[in-house]
Amino acid sequence: MADNPGYHKEQVVGIINTVISKLSRSEGDVRSIFFSELSKLKQVIEDARNEIKAVRPGDIKDKHLPMVTDELDAVVLATEEATGTIMDSCEVVQGELKNMPPEVSAKVEAAITKVFEACSFQDITGQRITKVVRTLKHIDEKVTTLLAVLGARLPDSGALEAVKKPITDADLLNGPQLPGKGVTQDDIDKILAEFDGK
Amino acid sequence: MTVDKNMNILIVDDYKTMLRIIKNLLSQLGFKNVDEATDGKMALDLMRNKKYGLVISDWNMEPMTGLELLKTVRSSNDNHKAVPFIMVTAESKTENVIAAKEAGVNNYIVKPFNAETLKMKMTSVLGEF
Repeated sequence: MADNPGYHKEQVVGIINTVISKLSRSEGDVRSIFFSELSKLKQVIEDARNEIKAVRPGDIKDKHLPMVTDELDAVVLATEEATGTIMDSCEVVQGELKNMPPEVSAKVEAAITKVFEACSFQDITGQRITKVVRTLKHIDEKVTTLLAVLGARLPDSGALEAVKKPITDADLLNGPQLPGKGVTQDDIDKILAEFDGK
Repeated sequence: MTVDKNMNILIVDDYKTMLRIIKNLLSQLGFKNVDEATDGKMALDLMRNKKYGLVISDWNMEPMTGLELLKTVRSSNDNHKAVPFIMVTAESKTENVIAAKEAGVNNYIVKPFNAETLKMKMTSVLGEF
């Protein structure tokens, strides 16, 4: 179990045991009131545990956070590649400036400069996404701590995954896939051809 | 003061896209002798072997940031101690600008920037060209 700056499970159990031990030696109304209050407290703890269970923190750590960071990395990569292609094309045009009439080449060169300036968006985008990824990693650490505190009393995402729900139309909205994760156009053509062949 | 357009310029940025953009803009301004480094440490290695008339550096880099590079350059006893240094960065908080100035930066450009801004800042550091 990870270190918890507040308290440990054993400490809580120890406190409760002490209270129960003292109550067992007391009598009458006081004793029944204390037992009643302790039962309510136990119920509150159970409710909180069930609510946390419903949120499936294991899924957040094992599935959602890694997926989001992968997607963000893919955004950076894709914009970098696109920016590179834009600049490649600009440099080809720059190479042809000497073959253009001066009044035309001046205009084209000014336009290319604007394109290069605009391409700096990729750097800014990358830095902003890096900040987001850093925040997500911080959340990941907090979720890890939470899971460690709750111990083995929560089902892992694998156990819940075993109960598969039917796929709905909404489940099919997955957006663009990461490189290597989706199917290629060739694969799609083959799948469609198989349907046509039936 | 006449600016020698054949002087060596060192640009430092961990984003290859940014290096390419700055290099292209410098080329359009007539500066063709441009070397590239992707972090502060690499920049220092290059500066040990070549004399540069200007360093244009990003701030946010690993393992050595642009600010650390600037401080190292200014505290060194090498001949590049006083090299003109322009910080080009997305860090746009007041405390960043103050820290860079205190470390000895000659000028500070916030990203995104355009060719006109680059020329203006270079002129203020190097003189008219």
